[in-house]
Amino acid sequence: MIRIVRGAAVGVAVALALTACGSSGDKSGGNPLDQKSSGGGSGGVVVGSANFPESQLLGEVYAQALEAKGVKVTKKFNIGSREVYYDQVKSGGITVMPEYNGALLTTSVDKTSKAVTTDEVNAALKAKLPASLEVLDSSKAEDKDSVTVNSQTAAKYHLKSIADLKPVAGQLTIGGPSEFKTREQGLVGLESKYGLKFKKFQPFDANAQTTLVKLLKSDSIQAADLFTTDPTIAANKFVVLEDPQNVFSAQNVTPLVYKSGLNDTGVAALNAVSAKLTTADLLAMMTKVVGDKQDASTVAKDWLKQAGLGG
Amino acid sequence: MNLADQIRAAWTWLTTSAHWSGGDGIPHRLLEHLQYSALALVIAALIALPLGAIVGHTGRGGFVVVTIANFARAIPTLGLLLIIVTVMSIGLTPVLIALTALAMPPILVNTYEGIRGVDPDIKDAARGMGMTGPGILLKAEVPVAMPLVLLGLRTAAIQVVATATIAAEVGIGGLGRYIIDGLARKDYPSVVGGSVLVLLLAVAVQVAFVGIRRAVVSRGLRNQA
Amino acid sequence: MNVIAAADGEPLIRWDWIGDHTGQLADLTVHHLKLALLPILFGLVLAIPLGVMCVRWRWLYPPTLGVANVLYGVPSLAFFMLLIPYFGIGSGGKADFTIIVPMTLFSLSVLVPNVVDGLRSVPDPVRQAATAMGFGTLRRLIQVELPIAVPVVIAGARVATVASISLVSVGMLIGNGGLGQLFIDGYARDFTTPIIVSCVLIIALALVSDGVLVAAQRLLTPWARRRTR
Repeated sequence: MIRIVRGAAVGVAVALALTACGSSGDKSGGNPLDQKSSGGGSGGVVVGSANFPESQLLGEVYAQALEAKGVKVTKKFNIGSREVYYDQVKSGGITVMPEYNGALLTTSVDKTSKAVTTDEVNAALKAKLPASLEVLDSSKAEDKDSVTVNSQTAAKYHLKSIADLKPVAGQLTIGGPSEFKTREQGLVGLESKYGLKFKKFQPFDANAQTTLVKLLKSDSIQAADLFTTDPTIAANKFVVLEDPQNVFSAQNVTPLVYKSGLNDTGVAALNAVSAKLTTADLLAMMTKVVGDKQDASTVAKDWLKQAGLGG
Repeated sequence: MNLADQIRAAWTWLTTSAHWSGGDGIPHRLLEHLQYSALALVIAALIALPLGAIVGHTGRGGFVVVTIANFARAIPTLGLLLIIVTVMSIGLTPVLIALTALAMPPILVNTYEGIRGVDPDIKDAARGMGMTGPGILLKAEVPVAMPLVLLGLRTAAIQVVATATIAAEVGIGGLGRYIIDGLARKDYPSVVGGSVLVLLLAVAVQVAFVGIRRAVVSRGLRNQA
Repeated sequence: MNVIAAADGEPLIRWDWIGDHTGQLADLTVHHLKLALLPILFGLVLAIPLGVMCVRWRWLYPPTLGVANVLYGVPSLAFFMLLIPYFGIGSGGKADFTIIVPMTLFSLSVLVPNVVDGLRSVPDPVRQAATAMGFGTLRRLIQVELPIAVPVVIAGARVATVASISLVSVGMLIGNGGLGQLFIDGYARDFTTPIIVSCVLIIALALVSDGVLVAAQRLLTPWARRRTR
């Protein structure tokens, strides 16, 4: 019996060492394997997506637009949050990633950036992105993070703007993706710019927007960080609060690209998508994906055909 | 970041006093984690122990029980959890159902195998001493089967403790928060720190079962199984 | 606790979805099997020599088992995440090892004890007889001891296989969970059909693999069948 305990103790020590060594090298650049993971190695372009349906939809749009121009594409969808995938793009493991310019800027590139408008944000990105990366043209389509409240909360406290929340935030629970808590375009900015301190933060995976919606509907939480293209906002009469202090900057759908992995044909194909894509398109597509349970690939194909981009 | 830095980062995370207080603090998360795990384990035991014992004792329905238990072992806990959450909404109940489903098969199968495997001579001896069905089960079969039963409980407990981390995926607390939130925020010290805590908990469960085994298994049986 | 999916008129299963997605389901199933079964294969390749060593040098067994058991206690998700910097993220190619390596290590906690128990179940007279017939250590191991250990080893492989097939789905949280990918797809869209379908397929895969292992055991140990007859 004692031997088993001793064995377990040795085990803990070894496992601790293993876990620790498994996690070393997470800082980008320090790891030689990162360079080798280039998707270009197999001659194809790797299109990624984050872990929420709209990102997958946009990933499909990009992938199919590239394929229509004869570019060979591999898809790596549902990868995780920006914090996780950004390094993968930087090292070339992913060639093309659907991004939101403002969030990209303040999460991964320049946390202190004050840029607000689309032009400011893109100028800041062009100046600050690492040499291996570039953003292509931004589309008009925007999908912002938001502070959204349910109708009863809005009515009870007469809420129109995030600023109206100041006296009551202490009584409210806000839900959002885990990263919302530590992001400038999240609780950090809400506190510094509006002085908001919520009673509680209920974290969720970015995947769990539908769960957030349910909780908001049932008033288990009173406010949530919902994406503004979420079709359930209108369906449930939720109120997206105005943001006069611009905690949430411009969020145009913009391709983030690993420069050396994409040729001119590919760049042209993605810029053609950005030239056509509008917020209304995005909302309509999201309604089909989330509401009607259609496949992202089908919805993307229909849109490309309608926009005259699908070969 | 080399190995030593990594260990230091996780150690710093674990020893930062801010991580030890409040709703997101380690004691609170640990308590939540223990609460879900213990509750699920108790519910699973309350169902699986009597069921396994009766089936093993009577010898009837053994094949059905083992087949169902093997079937249940194959259910992906995360999938089950997400189905229940999607249908019912969020809360502790879906997490408990999923973890209970995870814990039941090893308890059930081990109890059944343990009781069934008791030497017929022992049962005969008990009968010869004037015991009847329930008496034989409780006083002869259960004590003899105890090592296997405990092994089943231990397997279940370790699986539940390690798997309870996924509760965080559906917005519930527990130590999984550090891992899931850490992934989303790319906060590796939080991931490593959270994993170390879960790991220590799993080890503590193993050690606890060593103690329980000492206390519960009669000395004559200890060298077996 | 209100039943919201029903209230929104979303059925638990949309049968036509299954028909429309057979191709995707087949691809995910194949990938799922790769992610779940390669670890068992690698696990056996590691566990057999480890087990042999643990039987030969008894002091080696408690620490080996201790390490294996502790590794088993590492939450799978954390393990996957810690390997991302080394093998990458997403599915296919090298990134699959982000899943395969932890699953291999998990399998050891079941496989190693079973290899050890299997080898220890070889009766001493058998071992002595083999030696008397002039078998060297290695030949005795391969031709006598390991075959006798087969039933116990396969019993372990069965448990490990079923667990592996079910656990791989957690990989979905980092974009590589085989059929588990459909969990997130369904969860994110409040859509139960893909989750239920993939759960059912995972259970079916586990049961079929289990059946295959039972059949393999019968083929590998014809003598056991003869005796029970």
